[in-house]
Amino acid sequence: MSESGIERNTIAPNSSPILSVPEAVVVRFAGDSGDGMQLTGSQFTLSTALTGNDLATFPDFPAEIRAPQGTLFGVSAFQINFGSIEVTTAGDAPDVLVAMNPAALKTNVQALKPGGLIIADAGEFSRRNLDKAKYTTNPLEDGSLAKWTLLAFDISALTLEAVKSFSLGNKEALRCKNMWTLGLALWMFERDRQPLIDWLNGKFQKNPLLAHANIAALNAGHAYGETAEIGGQVRKLNLDPAPSAPGLYRTVNGAEAVSLGLVAGAQLAGLKMFFGGYPITPASAILHHLANLKEYGVTTFQAEDEIAAICSAIGASYAGQLGVTSSSGPGIALKGEAMGLAVMTELPLVIVNSQRGGPSTGLPTKTEQSDLYQAVYGRNGDAPLPVIAARSPTDAFACAIEACRIATRFMTPVILLTDGYIANAAEPWRIPDPADFEPFPVDFLTEANGEDDRVLPYKRDGQGVRPWITPGTAGLMHRIGGIEKAPDTGDLDYSPAVHQLQTDARKAKIDGVAHAIPAQDIDLGQEGGRLAVVGWGSTYGPIHQAVRRARAAGLDVSHIHVRHIWPLPANLGALLKGYEAVLVPEMNTGQFKTLLRDQYLVEAQSLTKISGQPFAIAEIEAAIASVFDGKRDDTGGTDVTADATQPSSIEAIHP
Amino acid sequence: MNDMSPRPRSIKDWESDQEVRWCPGCGDYAILKAVQRTMVDLGSDPATTVFVSGIGCSSRFPYYMASYGFHTIHGRAPAIATGIKLANPELDIWLVTGDGDGMSIGGNHTMHLLRRNLNCQIMLFNNEIYGLTKGQYSPTSRVGTPSPSTPLGSVDQPALPCAFALGSGARFIARGFDVSKELPAVLEAAHAHQGAAFVEIFQNCIVYNKDRFEDFAVAKGAEARQLWLRQGKPMLFDKGTRGIALDMAKLALKVVEVYDGDWQAAGVLVHDVANRSVAHMLVEMPFGAFPMALGVIYDDPRPTYETQTLTQDEAARAGKSPDLARLLAGRRTWTPPRTKERPADL
Ligand code: SF4
Repeated sequence: MSESGIERNTIAPNSSPILSVPEAVVVRFAGDSGDGMQLTGSQFTLSTALTGNDLATFPDFPAEIRAPQGTLFGVSAFQINFGSIEVTTAGDAPDVLVAMNPAALKTNVQALKPGGLIIADAGEFSRRNLDKAKYTTNPLEDGSLAKWTLLAFDISALTLEAVKSFSLGNKEALRCKNMWTLGLALWMFERDRQPLIDWLNGKFQKNPLLAHANIAALNAGHAYGETAEIGGQVRKLNLDPAPSAPGLYRTVNGAEAVSLGLVAGAQLAGLKMFFGGYPITPASAILHHLANLKEYGVTTFQAEDEIAAICSAIGASYAGQLGVTSSSGPGIALKGEAMGLAVMTELPLVIVNSQRGGPSTGLPTKTEQSDLYQAVYGRNGDAPLPVIAARSPTDAFACAIEACRIATRFMTPVILLTDGYIANAAEPWRIPDPADFEPFPVDFLTEANGEDDRVLPYKRDGQGVRPWITPGTAGLMHRIGGIEKAPDTGDLDYSPAVHQLQTDARKAKIDGVAHAIPAQDIDLGQEGGRLAVVGWGSTYGPIHQAVRRARAAGLDVSHIHVRHIWPLPANLGALLKGYEAVLVPEMNTGQFKTLLRDQYLVEAQSLTKISGQPFAIAEIEAAIASVFDGKRDDTGGTDVTADATQPSSIEAIHP
Repeated sequence: MNDMSPRPRSIKDWESDQEVRWCPGCGDYAILKAVQRTMVDLGSDPATTVFVSGIGCSSRFPYYMASYGFHTIHGRAPAIATGIKLANPELDIWLVTGDGDGMSIGGNHTMHLLRRNLNCQIMLFNNEIYGLTKGQYSPTSRVGTPSPSTPLGSVDQPALPCAFALGSGARFIARGFDVSKELPAVLEAAHAHQGAAFVEIFQNCIVYNKDRFEDFAVAKGAEARQLWLRQGKPMLFDKGTRGIALDMAKLALKVVEVYDGDWQAAGVLVHDVANRSVAHMLVEMPFGAFPMALGVIYDDPRPTYETQTLTQDEAARAGKSPDLARLLAGRRTWTPPRTKERPADL
């Protein structure tokens, strides 16, 4: 590419321009991990939300903090799907790809819809960067991008020009590139720049020069769209606001929603909250959020390891606060023994698992649902505990409250499953009114509950729940521990009959939770019929859309999405038996499917995807279609994998 | 909290109704009595006293105290105690651990509790063996210890609990042993210290490591083998005929003879509990060439973890009202331009 001036290289696509009058548009920003793509994406998200479009986002970034510049593995991407209709996924294939360098183009362009728009920073397509991205010829010039609309110009040079007057260093000046790009994107979708300008002024309060430079870059990007002829391929698009329930909205990601839900849950229980955590991706954000909420009665503690994190939370619960810990799969594995202690001592505790790709270190920054077995079964001994799974960032709020409610009502640890996608993805949230939630205040035992003033720490109530007695309470001194204990008194007792009795009692208590949770509902469709697509967790969006489309095409298919993974809702078995076929899409090798088969002897079948990327709607649609086409062998246990049903988006994303 | 309740006046009042399950003759019995004695002497309130333990013979301890007690999991008592203390700083927490529990599987937690300086007492019962798992060598076992897992004798160097504690940043280090009459006084000093107080208690496991500490713990001839450290007093032993002095050339401790009680002439050091450098030398002083250093070795308080944490939290709360509705609303909100309901799903 030429070093000087602005290079424009526009190739007309074979197909007609895509940006006609869509209901929803998918934009992906991709660049080097140092290019600030996540920031660009989140600010674009905010401006999208402020215009009233419904939206869903998918940040996708490498595990390295600063991967070597320009490399394929150092590409960081942020995808947003927004529109004038209900949006529940980050979108299958982008309509627009913003590629800040060759590596970003290479790793993302195959996912782009045919005819989709590529905006590329031609200034970054130097021989050196092309080599790093393993391009032998320059794709901007060799015609290899012919099936898309290409808009290439030297964003780097344009940015340098825009911020020239601020006399920044070259490196600092180039950092404004993302704002230039954002400016262009805001022009494209007719967005107001002011909220962003306000935000920049706030962010760079201590360095007004940087604020002004970034604003100048933003304005320059916007003006470029306004004044330059962009090949006639792109016109401005103003999507109508999406219909939505009246109320006050904000955007929220899963980590924020979990944190807020925990705060709300503790308040509804009338307790202070103690959060013990240890840094791990992608769960750390919860620790960070809560660390700033001291005025809500929250104590946060960064422990020396995952084990100490959960143990400190157990200690706090023992002392009368709501103990909470959070981690991701590897950390949850370390917490296993302590969870058993909480099961055995019957203390309330909330354990949040933001699942990531596994096993071992696996894919730290990618998403997966492969810790379901770990959550339901992953402890030594018979150690049942309730497991709840959030379906979306906003749903994580209600789920966190539900976890607090069950933990305190049933004196038990509860696992709340989210995942990397939910933790990082943002969506509009109709801000709930705290008064809409039923409080569940906790009663501590304050007087002896046995005859002759005896303290009976393991005397169970009608639902098999023991009293919560905190140290410091006069006259109720007693000892608890992880060793098997006699009923009522809690005295050390590991005789055969007592272990049988107590194991049964602990199991019965957790089984009983099934009667204290809502019956399973049907998300789309009706009771009984040809096919139920049963999901849990963050597959909600793609399943919902796929089932909606299949129903619109006349197929008899329903969507059931399960929040309570353990114990399962009391009516779920009967409900599933009403369908001829049950399809379970999940981002693991079929864990929930196995659990459903075990519990209900239903012929549930899997649609699996273990690539670190969420399902595309099309993948689930294809799996549904294959059930109706009879291609699918739904008499046996043959699982249909996402990759087998259709050219998977994942290959496109990571060739 | 519960200031009105009558304080137990006798050791009996501190005994729980549980049957003690240690081997007959185990040193743990003597320690239990000493701790119960300490509770009486301190006038402690069982309602606000919590014994927290991990796993091992020593960790059964909480069951035998008439206070609150939490018998947790192997090595994790310090972490659980941290949560308890942060949730309720008014509780008086005593940690009971052993050489396996506190120095091996829970070594990490021990280190961090000491470094943070959580206000509690840590009693590490050191019997230099794994008792409850039937006699394997432990991280404090001496080189050459034969055991079921080291039939040819252990080869690894033992850890020194007090040196470990000091290295971890502990501000109180003391030593005692099971049958010592001085133990309650040592424990009282530990309790008086604001912050993490680390007490190593040599304990005789009569089944798997019998009389391991006999060489200095037997009453007969003890004067020659025990150096009881007392604040402001010269480091004398063997009825005042010998003392500990500083070898200036080597920057190390040495044993000196004291003639006619003139310890000053012999250069005997005066014990200063706040002297960290000397504390380092005392905890590493090899027994044999030297007597066993006992009593309060180091005591130099620093603000406690929970006080600092809770003060910081308090300051962060000051002037802010916990309005949940406002928190949920966050900073940027909008009202949808069009407020019609979403179309009903199919
Ligand atoms: S095994 Fe040793 S330490 Fe354990 S109770 Fe018996 S004598 Fe005491």
